[in-house]
Amino acid sequence: MKLIGLGNDKIATTVLLVLALVTFIIPICNLVLPADSPLHFSAYTVSVLGKYLTFALLGLSLDLVWGYCGILALGQGAFFALGGYAMGMYLMRQIGTRGVYGDALLPDFMVFLNWKELPWYWYGFDHFWFASLMVVLVPGVLAFVFGWLAFRSRVTGVYLSIITQALTYALLLAFFRNEMGFGGNNGLTDFKELLGFNIQSEGLRAVLLFSSGLTLIVAFLVCRWVVNTKLGRVVTAIRDQESRVRFLGYRVEMFKLWIFVFSAMIAGIAGALYVPQVGIINPSEFSPLNSLEIVIWVAMGGRGTLYGAIIGAVLVNYSKTVLTGLMPEIWLFTLGAVFVIVTVFLPDGIVGLIRRWTQERSA
Amino acid sequence: MNGFTQNIFGEVHKTSSGNLVVEGEVDTRHGPILYLEDVSVSFDGFKALNNMSLYIDAGELRCLIGPNGAGKTTLMDVITGKTRPDTGSVFFGQTIDLLQMDEPAIAQAGICRKFQKPSVFDALTVFENLELALKADKGTWQTLFHRLSGEQRDRIDQIIETIGLSSCNHYRAGILSHGQKQWLEIGMLLMQEPKVMLVDEPIAGMTHQEIERTAELLLSLQGQHSIVVVEHDMEFVRSIASKVTVLHEGSVLTEGTMDEVQNDPRVIQVYLGG
Repeated sequence: MKLIGLGNDKIATTVLLVLALVTFIIPICNLVLPADSPLHFSAYTVSVLGKYLTFALLGLSLDLVWGYCGILALGQGAFFALGGYAMGMYLMRQIGTRGVYGDALLPDFMVFLNWKELPWYWYGFDHFWFASLMVVLVPGVLAFVFGWLAFRSRVTGVYLSIITQALTYALLLAFFRNEMGFGGNNGLTDFKELLGFNIQSEGLRAVLLFSSGLTLIVAFLVCRWVVNTKLGRVVTAIRDQESRVRFLGYRVEMFKLWIFVFSAMIAGIAGALYVPQVGIINPSEFSPLNSLEIVIWVAMGGRGTLYGAIIGAVLVNYSKTVLTGLMPEIWLFTLGAVFVIVTVFLPDGIVGLIRRWTQERSA
Repeated sequence: MNGFTQNIFGEVHKTSSGNLVVEGEVDTRHGPILYLEDVSVSFDGFKALNNMSLYIDAGELRCLIGPNGAGKTTLMDVITGKTRPDTGSVFFGQTIDLLQMDEPAIAQAGICRKFQKPSVFDALTVFENLELALKADKGTWQTLFHRLSGEQRDRIDQIIETIGLSSCNHYRAGILSHGQKQWLEIGMLLMQEPKVMLVDEPIAGMTHQEIERTAELLLSLQGQHSIVVVEHDMEFVRSIASKVTVLHEGSVLTEGTMDEVQNDPRVIQVYLGG
């Protein structure tokens, strides 16, 4: 408790409790209780909740680099999508002969493109463990190379934001190409099985919700530990006075790189949990707009708190589900308006508001 | 510098770290701990430093004075690696070439700096500010798993006592007064156990009492540390300095005791613009 400083942080404890409830109770209610019970959660609720939790994990990863290290990364969606593709590739390999063309070796889209053999970078994705490794490794390596180049040449502020945006846009264009071997425009879909279980089955959906929740809880605790270490304090110091940190003898670029790579790996895991729940991964996940939306989640929830990102991601996405159901055309306007309002009136987001309320009440 | 040199036995050492002969040792056998020779820096044609040569002795407390634009802050930038000079050489002891090193390497070698504008980390507490400055392994993984030893904790407490912030131990640095921030930054310098302290305008924004205590503190530190102080307040300079260097238009105008310097006609001319 002391390591992660939970003792007297009521909001963090509440968020954790709610997360634990969602993670442990809802899957059970969904599977065990009869459909007419008032406490039964529908398969739809389960899959939507699971999706929100992966978004919360993604928001958490952005808060680490933006809220704590001050790096406004506008390409976080790229790491999410890469993790998603790695999982998607595994799921594609599980289809086997059940595809439209029934080819034992090649996925449908490769048969369609008249390819004769599996590209080398698809090797190994038959194995779950290999795919899982790639889920963290691919985003991690990309973040490492990108961060190494950017941080070492001391690219900061808005310039860094722009090139992260360019990064995700470049990947979007690349993944659109059929020659890349990732299914082009259509991406990867039509999945059948995950670890031998039917991907459409209610049981697996519940397990995926459980796994997303558990991963989020663990990631939240680990991130909280990280920001409470000396490294976390160095990172906060970099956010506030980058050059001063250098004169204390810390290699600022290495600290930025560490936190950037770590966050990219979490984003990759979020993507991997997301794909089996929505049943598809395509290049639109790389769209710059997606990455901007993540920033809005975190800003709305309250950055630099970790749980703010979770609250923001869930609330914004819940509103999105509701609003796009009612009036799809106004969603983007609403999102824009909310962002402006939060930036102008609530610089500390919803968490800032809650803190003010609780302080007033106790005062 | 071609990155190679010969030590007294004639062996050639590669100097990737800029560190010659004995790795990590500052060689001050000849007296000076800092050597600046013919250093020139220009920004868009403006010569901030103009063939400046300056030697600081080990354990010395030196004051730098000079009108605005004389090059005092640029000089500190050059020593700490923030600015690369166009020409000239800068050595730490006789063997460590500072021009081959970047800011963190220079800081770790033992040259630490207090900035003109107090630069503390507002979001962190007084204690945490000092903890970050603590002399320790500053790699990422070492920092992640770093735990304060009892000894280090005592050291931080002792510095907090020295800089008179015991009662504000767990306050965020952002709420300290200007003078307290200056003291905190001096404390952060001490935490690094520096060999050379570069102190840029330490008493700006301080009350009379605080100024007196700062003077006492700096005087008590000379000997163990070499200290270079840049300050405008002549009274303060007089109270601490045995030796004063006057800078003007990027060069050393004159050096000497405060009295000698103040009676130097060139200095009077520079200050009064005669």
